Amino acid sequence: MAINTQPIVRLKNVCKSYGDTQILKNINLELEAGKFYTLLGPSGCGKTTILRTIAGFTDVTTGDVEFDGQVVNDLPANQRQVNTVFQDYALFPHLNVAENVAFGLKLNKLSKTEIDKRVSEALAMVQLADFGDREISELSGGQQQRVAIARALVMRPKVLLLDEPLSALDAKLRKDMQYELRELQQSLGITFLFVTHDQEEALAMSDEIFVMRAGEILQGGSPVDIYDEPINHFVANFIGESNIIPGKMLQDFQVEFVGKSFECADAGIPPNEAVEVVLRPEDLDIVAAAQGKLVVTVDSQLFRGNYFEIVAYDTDGNEWLVHSTNPADEGEPIGLTFDPQDIHVMRLNETEAAFDARLEKYEDD
Amino acid sequence: MQRKQRLSRQIAYFIPYILWIGLFVIAPVVLLVYQSFFDINGHFTLSNYQTYFSSNTYLTMTLNSVWYAFLITFATLVISYPTAYVLNATKHPQLWLLLIIMPTWINLLLKAYAFIGIFSQAGIANQFLHFIGIAPQQILFTKFSFIFVAAYIQIPFMVLPIYNSINELNPSYVNASKDLGATSWQTFSKVIFPLTLPGVKAGVQAVFIPSLSLFMLTRLIGGNKVITLGTAIEEHFLTTMNWGMGSTIGVILIIAMVIIMSLTGGSKRRAKRGMTK
Repeated sequence: MAINTQPIVRLKNVCKSYGDTQILKNINLELEAGKFYTLLGPSGCGKTTILRTIAGFTDVTTGDVEFDGQVVNDLPANQRQVNTVFQDYALFPHLNVAENVAFGLKLNKLSKTEIDKRVSEALAMVQLADFGDREISELSGGQQQRVAIARALVMRPKVLLLDEPLSALDAKLRKDMQYELRELQQSLGITFLFVTHDQEEALAMSDEIFVMRAGEILQGGSPVDIYDEPINHFVANFIGESNIIPGKMLQDFQVEFVGKSFECADAGIPPNEAVEVVLRPEDLDIVAAAQGKLVVTVDSQLFRGNYFEIVAYDTDGNEWLVHSTNPADEGEPIGLTFDPQDIHVMRLNETEAAFDARLEKYEDD
Repeated sequence: MQRKQRLSRQIAYFIPYILWIGLFVIAPVVLLVYQSFFDINGHFTLSNYQTYFSSNTYLTMTLNSVWYAFLITFATLVISYPTAYVLNATKHPQLWLLLIIMPTWINLLLKAYAFIGIFSQAGIANQFLHFIGIAPQQILFTKFSFIFVAAYIQIPFMVLPIYNSINELNPSYVNASKDLGATSWQTFSKVIFPLTLPGVKAGVQAVFIPSLSLFMLTRLIGGNKVITLGTAIEEHFLTTMNWGMGSTIGVILIIAMVIIMSLTGGSKRRAKRGMTK
């Protein structure tokens, strides 16, 4: 944590309501310069509303939006140093590609040579150098997407907001665009705030992810942190696939589930507290039933190309999802092994602040 | 075989339409053109067209018609665009729209007579002027009252297409424009107006063309201070009984309308893009 770097964007206790419905509940968020951030959550969780409050399309009910330390609550959208890539691209249909990209520059009364130079640079950046004279209706979805990015980046914003920009593209193009966006962000050093409901997209591209549900940020952190140490059931389920098993904390570094005691890496939880245990399907290794820490019976399996997805049940009736490179026999018992650090223990109803405090406490010891 | 049957059935559907167009559009136009080649004594002649193009009276009348149609259209547009724009932002636009359309259900003649009452020496308009301390004015039978009433009558036909095109405008375009630094006025002039131009064009067509041939209002409200081609046609058919000359002016009006249609409809391809998606 660098102390002297001031966040470029900060939301302080931001709430937003329409009538009686609360869209955002006390959002606190800091974005540092030059990083790739993602707001991740199911549709209707308020992630796009956060984007709109930063862009200035909607005002906050209470709380502050700060930009470089200045409160910008009342600054209209056209004076903010942020630009947006819209979900439906919103490219002006009465202008061609170059005119679309030049739109903002012309408003700034730049000279024609400067505009032409920056437009061709921006189009080259998104690999559409020869497309300046095309009409918007002549472009494919992926090309329109690039024009929208070029139109926003040509303004040299301090922060680029991207509202589910890849959701309208097909799977292959989407993967390619993920790489391109990430590369673009790293080479330009502009802060990106990306909104998506696709956890794979979020994990692949971000420096930091904020997982949202129902107007709240549940957890913020690096993709690895969030994947390895989800704060609660919702995050564990939303990010990747997981086995979430009810258990009981026996003492520090010792947890009980499926009637057995296991060594684990978690501490700071009162003894005998009911907890939930997360085990990722790819962390489970299949061994002979006799050698397994757990014995489960294979119910079904699917071939997924690079792995087998096996569904099995233990004696308590818990479902276990296992990813394995080798197939198992349906109906046969198998043993599962895992390392202590593969076990992640979650307290019920723990807030992010309490979770972070506990983590820091026992990691220092 | 089946395909042939379907084709013949499709043709059958078109029969009423074709009959209608033939009887009430094509046949009258043909008759009008045919009649324009006969003089008052029923002899075939080109003299009607000769008279039209060599007479100062007719050319002035033509210019007058175009000029007043332009003024009426302009006044209507200036009132209708903001109206349509505000209408879109209201909570119950359909209700307001209905209120604007309602006057079209009343006969044109009745509305004209109503305005005679309103604009007369002792009418409400003068009563109001008296109330705010201004001496009674001659309002009726002026060029102003003619344009005012004509614009009043045409407004619904302008508001409707403009309202529709604003309504269909994707709100993202407005956000995108502001996002790129445009002020509200710049957003209007560079994004909203160009993208709603198809509606404006449709409205201009719907107002300008009928305004070219207004004749009743010129007499009842304009007091014959404004003589348009519509007035001339009425004169020739009902008073001088020179149907040939009346038809000639009619043919020229039709040609003028075709020219205006092609002018305002010309760039449809480019304008249309705003509406798709």
